[in-house]
Amino acid sequence: MTDNKTSKEQKYDRQLRLWGDHGQEALENAHVCLINATATGTEILKNLVLPGIGVFTLVDGHKVSGEDVGNNFFLTSSSIGKNRAQAATELLQELNSDVSGNFVEESPDKLLDNSPEFFHRFSLVIGVQLPESTYLRLGSVLWEAGVPFLICRTYGLIGYMRLIVKEHTVVESHPDNALEDLRLDQPFTELKHHVESHDLDNMEKKDHSHTPWIIVVAKYLEKWYSEHNSQLPKNYKEKEAFRQLIREGILTNENGTPEDEENFEEAIKNVNTALNPTKVPSATEDIFNAEQCENITSQSPSFWLIAHGVRDFVRNEGNGKLPVRGTIPDMIADSDKFIKLQNVYRDKAMKDAAVVSKHVEALLQSVGKPPESTSEQEIKLFCKNAAFLRVVRCRSLAEEYSVDTFNKDEITSCMYSTDSEMVLYLMLRSVDRFYQQHSRYPGVYNYQVEEDINKLKLCVNSLLQEYSLNVNVKDDYIHEFCRYGAAEPHMVAAFLGGSAAQEAIKIITHQFVPFNNTFLYNAMSQTSATFQL
Amino acid sequence: MAEGEEPMVVDGGSGDHTDWQGRWDHVKKFLERVGPFTHPDFEPSTEALSGFRHIHVVDMDTIDVSNLNRQFLFRPKDVGRPKAEVAADFVNGRVPGCNVVPHFKKIQDLDETFYRQFHIVVCGLDSVVARRWMNGMLLSLLIYEDGVLDPSSIIPLIDGGTEGFKGNARVILPGMTACIDCTLELYPPQINFPMCTIASMPRLPEHCVEYVRMLLWPKEKPFGDGVALDGDDPTHIQWVFQKSLERAAEFSITGVTYRLTQGVVKRIIPAVASTNAVIAAACATEVFKIATSAYVPLNNYLVFNDVDGLYMYTFEAERKENCSACSQVPQDLQFPPSAKLQEILDYLTENASLQMKSPAITTTLDGKNKTLYLQTVASIEERTRPNLNKTLKELGLVHGQELAVADVTTPQTVLFKLNFIS
Repeated sequence: MTDNKTSKEQKYDRQLRLWGDHGQEALENAHVCLINATATGTEILKNLVLPGIGVFTLVDGHKVSGEDVGNNFFLTSSSIGKNRAQAATELLQELNSDVSGNFVEESPDKLLDNSPEFFHRFSLVIGVQLPESTYLRLGSVLWEAGVPFLICRTYGLIGYMRLIVKEHTVVESHPDNALEDLRLDQPFTELKHHVESHDLDNMEKKDHSHTPWIIVVAKYLEKWYSEHNSQLPKNYKEKEAFRQLIREGILTNENGTPEDEENFEEAIKNVNTALNPTKVPSATEDIFNAEQCENITSQSPSFWLIAHGVRDFVRNEGNGKLPVRGTIPDMIADSDKFIKLQNVYRDKAMKDAAVVSKHVEALLQSVGKPPESTSEQEIKLFCKNAAFLRVVRCRSLAEEYSVDTFNKDEITSCMYSTDSEMVLYLMLRSVDRFYQQHSRYPGVYNYQVEEDINKLKLCVNSLLQEYSLNVNVKDDYIHEFCRYGAAEPHMVAAFLGGSAAQEAIKIITHQFVPFNNTFLYNAMSQTSATFQL
Repeated sequence: MAEGEEPMVVDGGSGDHTDWQGRWDHVKKFLERVGPFTHPDFEPSTEALSGFRHIHVVDMDTIDVSNLNRQFLFRPKDVGRPKAEVAADFVNGRVPGCNVVPHFKKIQDLDETFYRQFHIVVCGLDSVVARRWMNGMLLSLLIYEDGVLDPSSIIPLIDGGTEGFKGNARVILPGMTACIDCTLELYPPQINFPMCTIASMPRLPEHCVEYVRMLLWPKEKPFGDGVALDGDDPTHIQWVFQKSLERAAEFSITGVTYRLTQGVVKRIIPAVASTNAVIAAACATEVFKIATSAYVPLNNYLVFNDVDGLYMYTFEAERKENCSACSQVPQDLQFPPSAKLQEILDYLTENASLQMKSPAITTTLDGKNKTLYLQTVASIEERTRPNLNKTLKELGLVHGQELAVADVTTPQTVLFKLNFIS
C-alpha cells in the first residue's frame, strides 16, 4: 500500500518534471474561483483539477438547460433543471480526489451587490461567458483587492482571453533558448586560475583531446589578446580568424593530418556565442530600476527585496555583472576535467549568492524584518535565474475601456491589415454593445440573423465613433458574428480550456510567463494573436 | 489527448431519439447558415443532426497511474485496464447515442479492410515510427486510375502530438498534401549519448544511468538470466538508481535522483493536461471542418507553444517530390558495385529522409526471391549476416536491380532501384 505522498508523486510525475515540487505545492495551496459552468468554464476547470489545484469554487446562478448539456462534457441530461454549479462540480470533483470542489448557486452580479469581499479570498478569479457590465464590475473589485482576474469567452469560432493582474513577478521563467553564462569575456579570478593550471601546448594527446572546450577557448583567447591589444574578436572576420587560430591548435599525426579532436571542434563551433559580452539583460535592468526595487519597505514582497540585494551586488562586488549562474553545458571532456571545471563555476555561484544574502540580510534589518524572512534557497534560486527574471504588469479594464487611455495606437496599427485578429476584438466589443442595447446577443435565432446584421453594424459604428477609431471593419466579420448566434462550440471551448488553465497555473506557480494581456484565437484559420490593450 | 496509439475514426449518422431539446444548439448554426468564411463547397442544411456517433479507438496500452494527471477518461480504479476499453465505456456512458468501439491492439495488428471503412483517421500516437506506419497504411488505400488519383479513396489523416508546453497538429490528405514522410526532417533523429562517454567518461547524472542500463544490467543480470530491464517495475528502477548513485560517486557527479533515473530509463517526456487539451481541440476542430465541409481545413501544419505567453504558427508543409512514402517515384540507390551490402543498410537507417529502423532487403535473383538481409528473425539474421560483408557484385546484383525493402516504419515494402556508379 503506497502512502499518499508516493502515489501523488507517481500521479503527478509528468508535470513535476515541468514545475517541480515547489510549483506543485503552490498549485495545491491555491483556491481558484470559476464563474459560469459553461463548456468553456468546465474545460478550464478540468485542466486545473487534473493537475491537483488545491480548491476550486464554482459560482453560477444558472440552471442547467438542454443546450448546456449539448456542448458540456461535465453535464448530463439528468441534471437539466438543476443548478449548473452543483451539477458540474460533481462531475469535475471526481476527476481528482485530491481536489476540494465547492459551488455557490448565485450569480456574480448578486455577489457583487451583496458581498464583493467574497472574491477577496481567491488566488485567482476566472470569469467565463460574462456580460460586459459584470466583468467590468468584477474587474474593478478585483483590481482594488489585488486579486488576479482572467476573463475567457468562446464566441462562435473565436476564443478570447484577457488577463488582469497589477504586477506579477516571475523568477523561474524557464526560457527556451537561454545563453550560457560562461564569463569568457571577463573571467573571474578562480576561472582564470583554473584555466592557467592547464598547459595545452604540453599535454599528452589524451588530455589534449579531452580538455573542455571552454578551457580551449579561454587559452586561445589569451593568445589572441597578446596579438590584438587585449581586444575580443568583434566582427565576423575577427571571429573567423579566431576560429582558425583554434583550428591550428588541433594536434596532427606524423603525416601532418589533423587528429580527430571533438573538443576543439566544439570550441570552434561555440566561438560565435561564447564570446558574447557578459552584461545584465535589459529586462533585469528594468527590474533593478523599478520603483518597487528602489524603495524597499517592510511590506515589500521578497521578489523586490532580493532584487534589491542582487542590484547591490551588481553595483559593488559584481562589477556590473550578475551573480554567476553556476551551470555549464555538457561537452566532450574526461570526467575529471569536466567536474573540476563545473565546480569552479558552481563554487563561484555559491560565493556570489552568499554575498547577495549578506546584502539582503542588511536590507531586511534596515526595514525591521528578521533575517529568516527570506530563505537561502529562495536567494539561490533567484541568483541562478537573475538573467531570466520577468515582471508582467497588465493594464486594468478601466484603462482599456476609457476613451482617454484606451490603446488607440495598437488598435489602429493592427487594423491596417483588415484581417488582423484585432478585428475579432472589435467585434466582441460590438456584440457586447449589442447585448447592452437589446439584452440579447445577435443572431441567436435564424429569423433574427438578417435584421441583426444591420443592428450589429450600428453597434460597430457607434463603438468606432466613441473611440474615434478610423478603421475599417469589413462587413464579412459583422455577418459572421451574427451567424455565430453566440454559440459556444465545444471544440473552441476546449482550446480555451487548455490555454486558460495553463495561464492560471503560471499565475499560481509564478513559473513560466503569462501573456500580456489580450489573447484572440480564430478556429477558422487556426491562428492567434496577443495584444497589450 | 491520450497517448499510446490511438487513431480515433469517425462516421456520421442520422437523427436519433436519445436527443433532448436544445442538444445541438451550439453546433447547428454552423451547419444551417451560410457565411462569408465558409468553404466554397459548403451547402447549408437543416437536416437532423447527430454528432459523431461511430468512433473506433485503437490503443495497445493499459492505464498507468502516471496517466491520471491528464488522461481525464481514466480513474485510479482503472489502472491496469486497457485504455481503449475504458475510454469507450466512459464516453458511451457520458454521451448518449455515441457508439465508441474499442480495439485493445497495436495499430499494426489491423489491416486495410479495417482502415478502409473510415471517413477520417485521427492520431495521438507517441512515436514517429507509428505515425509513419499509419501514414503508409492510408497511402496504400489510395486508388489510381490511369495515373489519376480517385478522390473518394482519400482518407484524411489528422495527427497531433505534444511535449511539455509544446504541441503540433497537422492535416494530411494522402496523395494530395505533404505526408508524414515528406517532412521527416522535422523530426530529428533521437540523439543518444556516445558510448565512450557512457563507458569511460561520464560527466552528467544521465550518463551514469545509461551506463547502468546499457552496460551493468546485461552484465549483472540482477533479476535473473534473460530478465530485461522493465522501466515500469519500481524494483528494477530502484536497482538502477542505486547503481547509478555508485557510478556517480566514483566520478564525483552529483544530481542522480530516483526521478531522473526513471526519466532516463523510460525516456519520459513531461506532459500536462493543458497542452494536450489545446492540441486535441485543434484536431477535433479539423475533424469537424472536414466532416461537415463547413470550413476550409487547416493547410496544413500548426505549431503551438505556451512557455512564454501563447504562440501559434501555421504553415503549409510541402510535399517532397521524391518522398519514399507518397511520391510513387521509385527510390534511387547509388552505389559502386564494390560497395558492401552493409553500406546500403547504413544508408537506409541513417539517411534523414528514410530513417528506417531495421530494414529487411529482398530481391529477385535467377527468377527466385532471395532475402539479402533480415534483422527481425534471429535465425534468418544469422544466416544472412555474412551478406553484409559481401560486395553488391559478389551478391550477384546488377545495375538496375530492384530491391524490396520492408521496415516497421511502413506497412508496404518500398521499392528501390540500384544504380551502379563507378
